[in-house]
Amino acid sequence: MELKTKINAEEGKHDLVITREFDLPLELLFKAYEEPEIVEQWMGTKVVKLENKKHGGWQFETSDPNGNVVFQANGVYHEFVPNRKITRTFEMGNAPFDVQLEFLEFEPLTEDTSKLTMHIVYRSVALRDQMLKLPFKQGINMAHNRLQEVVSKLK
Amino acid sequence: MNLRRDVFQAIADPTRRAILLLVASHSMTAGAIAANFDTARPTVSKHLQILIECELLAQEQNGREIYYHINAKKMKEVADFIEPFRKMWDDRFNKLEAIMKNYKPRK
Repeated sequence: MELKTKINAEEGKHDLVITREFDLPLELLFKAYEEPEIVEQWMGTKVVKLENKKHGGWQFETSDPNGNVVFQANGVYHEFVPNRKITRTFEMGNAPFDVQLEFLEFEPLTEDTSKLTMHIVYRSVALRDQMLKLPFKQGINMAHNRLQEVVSKLK
Repeated sequence: MNLRRDVFQAIADPTRRAILLLVASHSMTAGAIAANFDTARPTVSKHLQILIECELLAQEQNGREIYYHINAKKMKEVADFIEPFRKMWDDRFNKLEAIMKNYKPRK
């Protein structure tokens, strides 16, 4: 099936653009970024802090079933214009990656559809490519782990 | 100087991308490839060498001529590496869409 999400990452550049058209009115799309309980559901992480205003901070945290924090991310809002725009920084905790800058633009297409354009700027080309490859590497790791599980059951 | 050849670096160059497009349909000799560019023949040779080093192109001896053709397997790898990242965001956005379609405002 064709993915509705498009990624434009030109070679040799230190930024990328993610675009997605939603089968949702603009207000509902924006609400998904505004309300902590909803963010938790679709991001699959716990929202520790979400201060929806200029200079407000945000913080996400994901724990494994034993309560160990496995993912942590945080940042600050530089712009928070309801139904239009969010400018924020994004930084992963306990990871050797420099902070990234994100511009999120929300626009209506029709009464029932809307579009999100996410422009992410990284410190360097190398860092962008590294971040792009993270899910790719995780996918390989997961495949390895699954393989290991299967193999260990055979013993 | 022994530069590490990175496929992404290789396809960052417009001439090299054009070469890949040229040989995508059928294998060609270096001369035939060079004929498509205004740049000097040695420059085109250098580009071919880089594409071979990173395995995007393969050589094949046919009589006295060397033909260049695309390495489809490697090309697919390049096209695919961004897919898991795209898939990750697509999954998130699909979830967002599904949640918001059922959204009932709190009183």
